Amino acid sequence: MIAEAGLAALWLAAALSLLQLAVALAGRRLGDTRAIVAPVAVAQGLLTLFSFAMLIWLFVRTDLSVELVAANSHSAKPFIYKLSAAWGNHEGSMLLWVTVLAVAGAAMALLERRLPERALHAALGAQAALGLGFFGFLLMASNPFARLNPAPVEGRGLNPLLQDPGLAFHPPTLYFGYVGLSVAFSLAVGALITRDVGPALARAMRPWVLGAWVLLTIGITAGSYWAYYELGWGGWWFWDPVENASLMPWLAATALLHSVNVLAARNGLRAWTLMLAVVAFSMSMIGTFLVRSGILTSVHSFAVDPERGAFILALLVIYVGGALGIFAARISTVREGARFDVVSREAGLVGNNLLLSVLLGTVFIGTFYPIAAEAMGYAVSIGAPYFNLVTSPLVLLLGFLLFVGPLLRWRHDGGRILRRATLPLVVTVLTFLVLFAVAPGMSILARLGLAVAAGLAIASILPLVDRKLTRTPLATWGMVTAHLGVAVAMTGAAADASFTKERLAAVRVGDTLEVGPWQVRLASIEPVAGPNWTALEAKLEARRSGGSPVILKPQSRYFSDPPTETNEAAIDTLLDGQLYTVLGRQDESGRWQLRLWWKPLVTFIWLGGALIALGGLLALIGRLWRERRRKPVHADPEPVHADAEVLA
Amino acid sequence: MRVRSKHQRLVLVLLAMMALIGAVLLAMWGLQDRAAYFMTPQDIAAGRAQPGQPLRLGGMVQQGSVDKQADGVTVAFTVYDGPATVPVRFRGILPDLFKENSGVVAEGRLGPDGVFVADNILAKHDERYMPPQMGNVSAERATEQTLAQ
Repeated sequence: MIAEAGLAALWLAAALSLLQLAVALAGRRLGDTRAIVAPVAVAQGLLTLFSFAMLIWLFVRTDLSVELVAANSHSAKPFIYKLSAAWGNHEGSMLLWVTVLAVAGAAMALLERRLPERALHAALGAQAALGLGFFGFLLMASNPFARLNPAPVEGRGLNPLLQDPGLAFHPPTLYFGYVGLSVAFSLAVGALITRDVGPALARAMRPWVLGAWVLLTIGITAGSYWAYYELGWGGWWFWDPVENASLMPWLAATALLHSVNVLAARNGLRAWTLMLAVVAFSMSMIGTFLVRSGILTSVHSFAVDPERGAFILALLVIYVGGALGIFAARISTVREGARFDVVSREAGLVGNNLLLSVLLGTVFIGTFYPIAAEAMGYAVSIGAPYFNLVTSPLVLLLGFLLFVGPLLRWRHDGGRILRRATLPLVVTVLTFLVLFAVAPGMSILARLGLAVAAGLAIASILPLVDRKLTRTPLATWGMVTAHLGVAVAMTGAAADASFTKERLAAVRVGDTLEVGPWQVRLASIEPVAGPNWTALEAKLEARRSGGSPVILKPQSRYFSDPPTETNEAAIDTLLDGQLYTVLGRQDESGRWQLRLWWKPLVTFIWLGGALIALGGLLALIGRLWRERRRKPVHADPEPVHADAEVLA
Repeated sequence: MRVRSKHQRLVLVLLAMMALIGAVLLAMWGLQDRAAYFMTPQDIAAGRAQPGQPLRLGGMVQQGSVDKQADGVTVAFTVYDGPATVPVRFRGILPDLFKENSGVVAEGRLGPDGVFVADNILAKHDERYMPPQMGNVSAERATEQTLAQ
């Protein structure tokens, strides 16, 4: 009955989204629709939430008569992974996606007070249109509640690589971020339809963009760390299409985050911001399409089992095409935004947006080129060599832009920008020269990366100079924190690329290996067992220049359901880096393969990511705090100045 | 330098177009020599691979060809596809499901001596996962077999 209740709730929610769309399309012809729209949106959110709760319950009980549970869970699995198995598969994750979409619509209907009502209703109509398509996808092509008759005796388990606490919460975080952008999309479409483009729209959109962006940042950072320690390859970003699927919406959201501020503060970049809002959520849908359609496994498998892939592709085409169509039809009626100078904060943000767009474009091409090539009959793979080469100069340029961007004034700047950027520039040049002397073997890109990061660390704090810190708006603190995070992450990436030491060898118990400043001794190998795995565990004693030993215990694990082997890396985190150890196999002569890395400053990569997310969070709190005290826009004659002050 | 109001949107549109074109040009330049083409031993036997060019080599590991070298971490084996074979050398920890007579995709470069030096052997993480191009090879092989019958 649980499964049937969940399915029924899903059908009801789909029907409500149809109703919401119909009301929005009928518009004012129906008279006052206020009494209908908000309750319908909220009911839809509650119903999908109920449906998702039912799915979780099925997984908690390990109800094997449900196909999805039988395929992805196992009665012997630890409780937390029974939960995460609910969204660790295609149908469950799509249900989560739809749940977040409907709940976001409900929140928009309940909380949004700043927008003119007709714009809000149009936006809710757009949100309902999005919901309807994905409800259809779930109900027609990926029913999570399908029954299995007869029920199997035992479930088929879950990919052991996915049995990891970090990963249990990684997909939901990303999904919240992906789908949070749907609100920006709907608001943009609604504003285009009702022609209400202006600061009010930007301020309604901004918390959603900020929130989504924070979650995407956390999701990407956590995903990167997960890949780093779980795959045991010592890398932190593999330019895998699945990774790019989350990076592309993030890049678009980053651009949107900056341009929406121009719209809020200066009523400028109007069409531009609308376009970015459409692009950002389109990238989310493209990411979902990439991951969920099976097109990555093979274009051919996509063509062989076309139902799901073609469904998502059709949704993608309808929504992106529809939004672009509305954009094209309406944009000429959107007044041009406020003017600004070539040297101004706005122009700096345009530069940021252009660079991020180019970055997005190159990642997009690199991700889709292999798919297009395969469709045309030849196989090609695009990996790190392409992406690193093409993206790093753009990231460096973005870093340089940050030397001056946040210091620029709105509308028009006197032009002494270079003087203000003197200190960071000097630091950059000095760092560059020092690195020449200290580490002559570094690649030019890594050296530039460290040098720009050093300058940027200074430059990011400069907006706080000459301010009363206690009266500095939280949003400014957020900006400073996030930009500092960029510098920190760049440092980590450049240091990891240049200073990592690697050692790979086969050793006997008792032997010692050297890697960088470390001596690592293989003390013993012992069998250990976990809830659903057994493993061989190495005990490694690592010392640095005679200091007290650090114990690391990398494992080689064997899972029985399904039968799989994984390498569990053991990592010791120190202030100045990480010692990363992987246990391989035993060879015929009884020696064990050991792979060791000493990675100076590698933790800065994720520390930077965390700072970026924290900055976004501070800005979000600051914005919401200020908005709370502000009356609805139509009653507020001069909203622009207050906002300009925050950013000045 | 103040941009005239009527022109500002035009300038922005032009900038956006330039950004797009810039992205395409940058990508094309990057793709020129950094796209790794997927090849089978037959492709290499036909001389389609330049030594030193990044490649993905896909095929089957030949029975009895896996030879572990004295250092314990280097392994040599032969990948075949139909009658063609390519010797491969790899230094590192082999993925768990690397087996003789089973599919493999190796990333690396063809040396001037004709030995393929792999930096990475793509792992099958579980029974359900297959490197993208492997699916292709088996599909092609299935077609060949059907044609042969």
